[in-house]
Amino acid sequence: MKHRVVITGMGVVAPNGVGLSEFTNAIKKGVSGITYHQNLKDLDFSCCIGGVPQVSEEKRLHYFTPLQLRGFNSSGILYGCIAGIDAWKDAGFPFDSESELDYNSGTIFGTGTSGIEKFREAIYKIDTKQVKRLGSTAVLQTMASGVSAFLGGMLGLGNQVTTNSSACTTGTEAIILGFDRIQSGKAKRMLVGSCSDDGPYIWGGFDAMRVMTYKHNETPKQGSRPMSATADGFVPGSGAGALVLESLESALERKATIYAEVLGGALNSGGQRGEGTMTAPNEEAVVGCIKKAIENSGISADAIDTINGHLTATSKDSLEIKNWTKALHRKGVDFPYINSLKGMVGHCLTAAGSIESVATVLQLKEQFIFPNINCEDVLPEISSLISEEKIPKKLVETKVTIAIKASFGFGDVNGCVIFKTYLA
Amino acid sequence: MEKQALIAKLKTIVEPYIQDEDAFKSLSENTDFVKDLKINSANLVDVILDVEDVFDIRIENVDMEKMLSVKAAMDIVNEKLAAK
Repeated sequence: MKHRVVITGMGVVAPNGVGLSEFTNAIKKGVSGITYHQNLKDLDFSCCIGGVPQVSEEKRLHYFTPLQLRGFNSSGILYGCIAGIDAWKDAGFPFDSESELDYNSGTIFGTGTSGIEKFREAIYKIDTKQVKRLGSTAVLQTMASGVSAFLGGMLGLGNQVTTNSSACTTGTEAIILGFDRIQSGKAKRMLVGSCSDDGPYIWGGFDAMRVMTYKHNETPKQGSRPMSATADGFVPGSGAGALVLESLESALERKATIYAEVLGGALNSGGQRGEGTMTAPNEEAVVGCIKKAIENSGISADAIDTINGHLTATSKDSLEIKNWTKALHRKGVDFPYINSLKGMVGHCLTAAGSIESVATVLQLKEQFIFPNINCEDVLPEISSLISEEKIPKKLVETKVTIAIKASFGFGDVNGCVIFKTYLA
Repeated sequence: MEKQALIAKLKTIVEPYIQDEDAFKSLSENTDFVKDLKINSANLVDVILDVEDVFDIRIENVDMEKMLSVKAAMDIVNEKLAAK
């Protein structure tokens, strides 16, 4: 028997809002979380702007013990644990070190690189023959699975506890992996999500590839421009998003609040064949992934009300729109609404898929489409494919039943997931 | 170093790592770091690093293995201080 899967809790740590209510408010209003970073300028970065969530020292102590914070230097784990704990509490579960071990609950919490600042610290010590001075914290914060290991212990999770990694597809992949596990009856609840570190050591490689914008250092809030004719590269971001996925039976039994249902999804890769490369997508695979997600969800493409795209504000945006029109067989005024959160928060890399999924699910729960910011000048290649009214620049309050979200990542990997409002 | 002063210093050092408040309050020469204070074994290396910093000494692997109680820590610290 296939179990239906619903979302019963969410948490988010985004550059434009930490916590669900602040984030909801920000995305409705189109608030940018992009700021100028002097440390990037000092290091001679071309792109000196980025999205960094604001987490006070005091807030850390609500989630971590003073002992856990000793020698703590991993922004990704910090964001991931805050989002994960918030989602868990939002779903009605305790955050208590004495809580009972639950073998029916697990986590799949992704990341790209863990604790890169901590890693830097460790490398400097090792190279100056101070390996003994690393202490006990270097491994826990730099192992890729650090975030899921922290969360597993904080919440007493006894089912699968792991970290997935698939570049910018990571967050969306985590949702689909958790969905599969519940659908097949291997778990009742999975905390799924992803996080990303921030700062020069994560973003430097992208700066070197010249894929980040360098034209908006004086105008950070206008820097991230998905679908815009004047887009010239992405703005780096960071943070974390988390969702509690739960079998419908378990959610109903607990009388939990249900945000939405996960109808299904798909993951694939273009294998870096055809036009696919390490950094460019194989179009056939992208279209195939979206079509498979629709098929697996048991809906028709016509039923989709809104798309939350990957749309990074690079030259690939028009290609992505073309792929959506092909996969859905819809274009012009018949195309669904489409938006990109990246205009407000930048490209949060491995955290992107989960933060953007939280935004997508909020749209279903509260019946709105958040505005696209910084695309008052839509790229002609895009407006020739889809009607501009489908790219809202202001908040749209409308009936939204089915939303589709896709993420694409380096390595030619794709993920697509479909959410539906849940009516009791 | 005078015994009570040394114990007081060690008490401040271990405080962040202890997980048994009662044993910590009654900390004495005979207190065991793991059995009494319930310090996580992974954190013992952090205690040793902090001892090194506070007393400006270096503790070698063989001494580290012995440093499981207040008494053992006092002996090692005194020995290292005397050798300075």
